[in-house]
Order: sequence, then C-alpha cells, then structure tokens
Amino acid sequence: MYSSLIITNNIHSWVLSLMPAAVTGITEMMMIAMIYLTVFAVLGLFLVLMERKVAAWFQLRIGPNRVGFFGMFQTIADALKLLSKELTGTDKADKFLYNLAPYFLIISSLMALAVFPFSENLQAFDINIGIFFLIAISSIGVIGVLLGGWSSNNKFALIGAMRSGVQTISYELSVGLSLLTMILLTGSLQLSEIIEVQKSGWLIVQGHIPAVIAFMIYMISGTAETNRAPFDMVEAESELGAGFHTEYSGMKFAYFFLAEFINMFIIAAIGTTVFFGGWLSPFGITESIPWLGVFWFLLKAFALVFLMMWFRWTFPRLRVDQLLTLEWKYLLPINLFNIVLMAIIVWLNFTIQF
Amino acid sequence: METATINNNFKSEEYFINMGPQHPATHGVLRLLLTIDGEIIKKVEPDLGYIHRSIEKMCERDSYQQIVHLTDRMDYLSSHINNEAVCLAVENALELEVPERVKVIRTIIDELTRISSHTLWWGVMGMDVGALTSYFYGFRDREMINDIFEETCGARLTMNYNIPGGLMQDIHPNFVKRVKEFIAHFKTKLPEYDKLLTGNIIFQKRTKGVGVLSKEDAIAYGASGPVARGSGYSCDVRKHHPYSALDKVSFNEALHTEGDSYARYLVRIQEMWESVSIIEQLIDNIPEGDFKVATNAVIKLPKGEYYQKVETARGELGVYIISTGGKNPHRMKFRSPGLSNLSLLNHITVGGKIGDLVATMATIDIVVPDIDR
Amino acid sequence: MTNQEIKELITTWFSGPESAHLEFTEEGSQFLNLSIDPEYLHELMSWLKTNNKTSFDYLFCLTGVDWGKELGVVYHLESTSHRHIIVVKVQTSDRENPVFDSVQDIWPTANFHEREVFDLFGIKFKGHPNLKRLFMPEDWEGFPLRKDYEDEVNMVVK
Repeated sequence: MYSSLIITNNIHSWVLSLMPAAVTGITEMMMIAMIYLTVFAVLGLFLVLMERKVAAWFQLRIGPNRVGFFGMFQTIADALKLLSKELTGTDKADKFLYNLAPYFLIISSLMALAVFPFSENLQAFDINIGIFFLIAISSIGVIGVLLGGWSSNNKFALIGAMRSGVQTISYELSVGLSLLTMILLTGSLQLSEIIEVQKSGWLIVQGHIPAVIAFMIYMISGTAETNRAPFDMVEAESELGAGFHTEYSGMKFAYFFLAEFINMFIIAAIGTTVFFGGWLSPFGITESIPWLGVFWFLLKAFALVFLMMWFRWTFPRLRVDQLLTLEWKYLLPINLFNIVLMAIIVWLNFTIQF
Repeated sequence: METATINNNFKSEEYFINMGPQHPATHGVLRLLLTIDGEIIKKVEPDLGYIHRSIEKMCERDSYQQIVHLTDRMDYLSSHINNEAVCLAVENALELEVPERVKVIRTIIDELTRISSHTLWWGVMGMDVGALTSYFYGFRDREMINDIFEETCGARLTMNYNIPGGLMQDIHPNFVKRVKEFIAHFKTKLPEYDKLLTGNIIFQKRTKGVGVLSKEDAIAYGASGPVARGSGYSCDVRKHHPYSALDKVSFNEALHTEGDSYARYLVRIQEMWESVSIIEQLIDNIPEGDFKVATNAVIKLPKGEYYQKVETARGELGVYIISTGGKNPHRMKFRSPGLSNLSLLNHITVGGKIGDLVATMATIDIVVPDIDR
Repeated sequence: MTNQEIKELITTWFSGPESAHLEFTEEGSQFLNLSIDPEYLHELMSWLKTNNKTSFDYLFCLTGVDWGKELGVVYHLESTSHRHIIVVKVQTSDRENPVFDSVQDIWPTANFHEREVFDLFGIKFKGHPNLKRLFMPEDWEGFPLRKDYEDEVNMVVK
C-alpha cells in the first residue's frame, strides 16, 4: 500500500515521527485526499473559466472580464453564488435518490483523478490495472445521471437520463477498445509503465496509422462520454431544457456542472497519458528537470481540452439515433478492425521507435 | 422471438409532454402539447394565446394612423414591413400616390429588415440544432442594421417609420453611406455562414429529409414565405404582386423543391443574397423629393373592402380592412403568415424525433406574437 | 380567367341561382366578391377547389366579420395555377347559434383559422374535428370581436 503512494516519500518519514505506524497510513491518505480535492475543485473552476474564455473567443465576445484580473475570479464568484443558493426540488421526487445522484458523478470523477501520473514522482496511486480502473470508474458516473433523471420526477429529465444511459453505454465500448488498441503496444495497463514505454517515442508515433485512428476514435467517443457537444443529447438545451439536471439547483447542480468539466479533463488526461507521452517532454528536451513533467502533462492535457472545446463551439448537435448509428455502425467496426491492424503491426514489429 | 411477441412483452406507452410556454426552442411563449412514444413524436398540438393582445379589436377603436403603430408588435422582426402593409392598404384606399422617394426608401428598409430577420433566424437555427456560435455571428451582422435603423428612425426594433402617406421623417444623411458599408461587410460575412453551418455534415444530417412538406400540402395548409418556397411553391408576393419600388428591381425568387428543413434553410440563405442585390440596385438611385404627402389629420376610408398583401420575412402578410366610411375600420384582419405556417407543424413532424421537431420548428421560423396577434 | 368568366361559370353550377342567393359584386373591393346562402357553402367551395377552370386551391385568408346584425365569414381564395382571386362571403342573422359548414376538409389550413373565428366570434363550424378556443382560455365568457361584446375590466374604450 505504502509503495504505491509515491509522492508521500518525504512527508511519510515526518508523519511517522509523530504517530504510531498503524495510524500513519490512514493519516497520509486523508492528507492526500484533501490535497487532491482542493486542487481539483480549483481545476474544475479553472476549466469553467477556460471554457467561457474559449467560447467567448470563438463567438466574437470578450467573456468574463469583471471579477479579478481578466475575470480570473469569475468562476469563484459563481461557485460562491451557487453555494449560497436555495436547494430546490420537486415535491414528488424520490428524495433519497435525488440527493444521492450528484455524489455519484462527482465522486467517480474525483476518484479517476487519483491514478494519473502528473510527473515521474507525482502520482498518488499507481495500480497495475490503471487503464482498466479508469474505464471502470468513468462508467460509474452514468449511474448518477440516470438516478438524477429518474428521481427528479420530470419527463424532460427522464428523457435526458435515458439518452445518457444509451449514449454512455455505447461509447464506453469505443473508449475501451481504442485504449485497448494502445495497450497492445505497451503490454501493460499500469500508467507509469505506459509512460515508461513512451521514452522511445510517444505511442501515437510508435503505433503510427492505427494509433492515429485509435486517437481519433478515442477523442470522438471521449467527447461523447462526457456528454459534451456535439454529443450533448443529455442536456440538449434546445430540446430538453436542461436535461437530467433540470430540477437541481445550488450546490447539487454545481456538482453536476463541475463533474462535467473534470470528466473532460480526465478524458484529456487519459489521452495525454496513452497517446502523447504523459509528462514526457517532446524529444526529451527537459529531461534534466523532472518537475517540469507537470508542466508538460498539463500543457498536453489542456491542448486536448481545448480541442474538445473547439468541437463544442463549432459543431451542431447530433440526433439521438444518429449518435447510435455513428457508434454501432461506424466507430465500433473501425475500432475492431483497428485492433487487428495494431496487433499485426506489433507482431511484425512495424512500430516506429527512436 | 416474433416481433409481435416482443411488442407484447415490452409494451411501450405514449405519454404527454409539455413543451413551453417557457422553453428554449419555442422562441417565445408558444406551448406545444406533445404526445410521444419514447423519442418518437405521435402528435403535436400547439396551444396558443399566451401573448394574444387582440390587436384586431384594438384596431376597431383606433384611427388609421394609430393602427400602424400596433402592427409593429405583431411580427416584431419584420416591423417595418408590417407598418408598410397597413400604410399601403390605406394609401390604396385613398388612392393616394406616394412620392417615388418614399417607395424606394421603403423598399430598401424592407429588405434590410428581411436581412435582419433572417440573420437572427440563422443564429437561432444554429442554436436550435446545437451550434451556439452561429447565434453570435448572426447578431454581429444584425447589429449593424439595427444601428442604421436607430440613426434613421430612432428605434432599433419597432421602428414606426411608415405613416399613411409616406415616412415619418427623411432618412438620416449617413443612411446611404452606412447601408453601403453594411452591404460591403455583409457580402464578406455571408460566405462565413455557409462555412460554419451549411456545409457542416452534422447540420446536413440533422436537416436533410427532416420535416418534409410536399408542394401540395404547402398549398393546402396555406403556407407562405420561405416555408412554401422550400417546397417549390412560388408564392413570393414581391414577384406576383409587386408593391412599392419592387417593380423597378430585378431579383430571383428563391425556390427549392425538396421541401425539407434543409431546403427551407437554403431558401432563406438565398433570400439574403437577393435582398442584398435589391438594396444594391436601389441605394444609388434614391430619387430626390418629398418624404411624404399630406393626408387629412383624420383619415376616413371610403366605404368598401381593402386587401393588401406584402411579403414579410416569414411569408405573406395580408391586411384586410372593412370600412364603413368612418374614421375607424369596421373590421381589421391581419392574415399572419405564422398561424398558417404553424398549422402544418403537426403534419410534418409526426414520426420524427424530438430533435427533428426542434430543427423543423426552427426552419418554420415562427414569431409567436405574429401568430397570436 | 377573368372575373366575368368566373362569374358565368359559377352561375352554371347552380340550377337556380336565386335559391342559393348567389350574388356577385366588384363594387368597393379589388376582387370579385361572391356571397352565397350558407346552405350551399360547402358545395360551392368543393366545386371551386376541384373544378379545373377555377381550381382555387389556396385559402389565404379566413375572416370572421360582425356586420352589426349579422355574423359572417369571408373566405379569400387564390388559385396557384391560374393566379386569380375570389372572395366568398356567407352570413347569418342568427347571433345565438350561428353555424356554417366547415371547409377544413377542403383546405386543411382552415382548421386553425376556423378555430380562431369560433374563438373570437362564436361562429360554429359544422364538421370541424377540433372546434375549441384557439387563443382565449377555455372558460372565457363571450366572444371578444363581436361588436356587442363588453368587458369593463380589460377593454379601454375611447
């Protein structure tokens, strides 16, 4: 257990000097959890701000620019507003499930963040089934959406939730399979191991053609899985009002909102780790300064986040049946074919390595 | 398993859902009662009257000059054209010949109004199918037109620029210059619309073959404007019954025969180009002269019935005045394009998905005050 | 077809034009006006629509009118192939229970417009599938566009 907590090395000895060994483990885990929670709450807020700025840039607007320098504190002000708002709900809602739903989403997205290697030594939890864990965790979120839509006792919310169920289950397949294609190259599910392999070239270069196909499929289905435009069937404000979270207000709504943005970051972070070498610098230019790994990781992740925002602010939304057609009739067969192609390339050793 | 057995075991039930009166896709206070089976629409029943102000009743109380100002509030996106309809009806009844200058200015502003309405529609159309960015692009160009209106008649939306006998005041000295600036600007921006939305594969998938309206049905349901022209029914009042300076300009009537949402979309895009061309033909040749002819302070129409149709951005607006010779009309009827166009909504959306309904409604381009009046 | 030809054609459809109270006039209107006994309305309308020479297939305006004593409906018809226009009028002096034939089976667009007339004038249309108020609330009393309608709360009378 302790061995997986890499970032604690220094703190560990300090904590050990204060209390008996049996309590240390739990204390350390609590500490890390607190740090992660804080960091990612702030990350979520920053992503919201980024989205608003990017959207404004696409839409000939200025975006938030009043609160703080360049509107830096706009989302913090929003969060404070949401905190202080009344929590409303429908009379005939299933109260227990209704209150439970936001936590499913927010917890599942925060859990997923635990396994990412932000740099060589900055990783909270390096399990050997990293990718598998991520896929498993990211599909828990949909339970929250389904519960929220069902328990709200609102038809619009219900339609949104049902759409979400259909959509997430379908696109889960593509996310999984496209990552599986890359696993063929690395031979390991462990995230630190996957990055280790990329020291001889990022996987998107190593696997060339099938890797690029896998990346495209991954980005499409990843966008779909976070329920963002052009796959925002779940919310589809022109069709369903606000979709599954129509009846939520205040902080419960903020949880849904925050989870969406953190999920977007997770998708980008997985993409970074699996396709673009994680914290590795391009051509090893900053190999001598290990802490710059965080910079490279975030740079790559935010580049992918930006790509997803680009999708959102330019594409119209698909219709629900077109969404399923795209997945089952196009992405899935291409994906299966792609896995075979990748297997052949790995088998015949056609990969590009430096 | 047999299909019948499956259907028996998994019974699906139809349910009602209330779309509106507060709903982003209904563009105002329109309420749609939907009967749906899962996502598939079985029946659409519009419930109207949320913004009914009984303008027709108010007209029976008001003088003809006052009536003009009520018409702004019907189809507020074509306010100038609505004003003109009443003014033309009154002028025809009085057999009043307005100066050429008035006719040309009216036509230019008509077409600017049409462009302004269509740019707004284009933005909202994009928003309804999920592309939010188009909304701001549309508003960027609309803003310039509104500025021109503001300078010339003091209002940006409900302009009240027409009066029976001419115009409220002369055009602003900057008018010609700014219209030319706008035309130059708009000609570079219209291709951008195509780049952002028209050619987009998702957009085409969402609109092609959706909400198909045949020509026969378009006529039977009394459709007019871009909705009918998207189905191939040539109904442009500007072509068939030209009014103001429209007999002096040459333009093509935008016609498409597919009848689906995409055809209606293309008709409107093409109409914007045609409007630009009409303005270009007129803007350099605004004749000198008076901007109005004097009318009596109290206008009394001779006994009789007068019908005037004009082409608003949404279709054919008819003004039907029954006069008994007094200073108020005995009966004033506005044949609004919106009501007839809305009546075919159920016909063309049944069997589609909720997303189709939204896309179809966007291309029918309803303005609710125009329907309710 | 010119107005004169339409007039002659329509007259031939009725064995006794007097019994149908067929009256043509072009006075005080830019279109050919035709008023008819409500009994024969539906018959005339289907002829106007289906006859190849007239083929009035576009009902572009349906207006209810309160003439003071009588209630009436005015139909503006256009032919999309011949581009001629005719105005058909019916009226009844029965203000308590005015009934005309519905034409919504001939032109579906009449569905909404007849509901509007029913709503604002209280004129009933026989054969209309869904005759209920269009704009006003279901429980509204009276018919606002009638000349004898009075509402002291909502109406500003000058």
